[in-house]
Amino acid sequence: MSERYGVLDRRDITQRILGGHDDYLVVTGLGGAGYDCTAARGDHDLNFCLHGAMGGAPIVALGMALAQPDRRVIAVLGDGDMLMGLGSLATIITKRPKNLAVVVLDNGHYVETGNQLTASGFGVDLAGMAKAAGFPVAFDLAEPGEVEEKVRQIQEAPGPVFACVKITGDQPPTVPKTRDASYMKLRFRKALLGVVPT
Amino acid sequence: MASSPGAGWSQEVYRVFKDNGVDVVTYVPEGGVKDLIGLCAADDTMDMVPLTNESEGPCLLAGSWLAGKKGVLLMQGSGAGNCINNFGLNIAGRFPLLTVVALRGSWSEGNYWMIYQGRTMHRIFEDIGFKVYEVDKIEDAAPTIEAALKMAYFADAQVAVILSQRLTGAKEFKR
Repeated sequence: MSERYGVLDRRDITQRILGGHDDYLVVTGLGGAGYDCTAARGDHDLNFCLHGAMGGAPIVALGMALAQPDRRVIAVLGDGDMLMGLGSLATIITKRPKNLAVVVLDNGHYVETGNQLTASGFGVDLAGMAKAAGFPVAFDLAEPGEVEEKVRQIQEAPGPVFACVKITGDQPPTVPKTRDASYMKLRFRKALLGVVPT
Repeated sequence: MASSPGAGWSQEVYRVFKDNGVDVVTYVPEGGVKDLIGLCAADDTMDMVPLTNESEGPCLLAGSWLAGKKGVLLMQGSGAGNCINNFGLNIAGRFPLLTVVALRGSWSEGNYWMIYQGRTMHRIFEDIGFKVYEVDKIEDAAPTIEAALKMAYFADAQVAVILSQRLTGAKEFKR
């Protein structure tokens, strides 16, 4: 395995962040992140998994965080996805929502399209960019020994929080999840707001 | 500097936003709608979200709606081009969406780089599935935006209101 890959397991990390927290509002980016979050807490009413709009997950999460300041909102996305929406780091800091965490599952590669290196794989420091943008909490999570403390920060620290998790290049099996955005929208709003679809 | 030929229509449009419960205004600044942005910014009940790139607008509005807020996206025509891929989210999910676009290249344009907008923007929005309204008379601005807002938020439609430079004022160029 290349040194550009990390050692942490994406399914284990997402399970530790989301497992049992049925109140979190979760937005996922494209590719594996949606499967990881679905594996962590099922095809959940409060998961909204993007299947397009690459780069947009942190901003969907920003919209939620501003509308629901008392809820923890977590965006989970790959490093290629984050790189496509880097401007969102600046946009998030213009509003500084304390309840928002952005979690990048960083394997340094575009795994879906044939393992080409991302800019992160070439050495770009995503957490450093977030810190420079003004995220009060921004870190790499790379070592097994720091998982517990840093997962807690993702869950609880006054944010916005940015976590770049250095994961292996493994692609775990897919799990059943819907790609119907209208269905996800209606069930999300019904679960969160009690709005009956009309 | 962009001229601003009347805060009047902006005041009327701001009133439409208020009357229809708009509580999130997201934008990349544009001279043609600067008075409208200013009026909304002065209202504490409206959450102003300035964007780095217009492509964030479709995502911000979708997140707002999922969590119970009602937004609009204000931008320039060149920003609409930045949004096309991400509008796929709003279209796929039938998210209610209103964008008010101050079009360049539509009237007395002095910069050829902008002229494609005036020629193509209406068709581009229609081709991706939006309902499109064009406005070039001041008295039509507020009623059209109100109709568009109702269509967006009652019919879960994606709607663009395109404001001509006849309304917003053409940018002045000097040789």
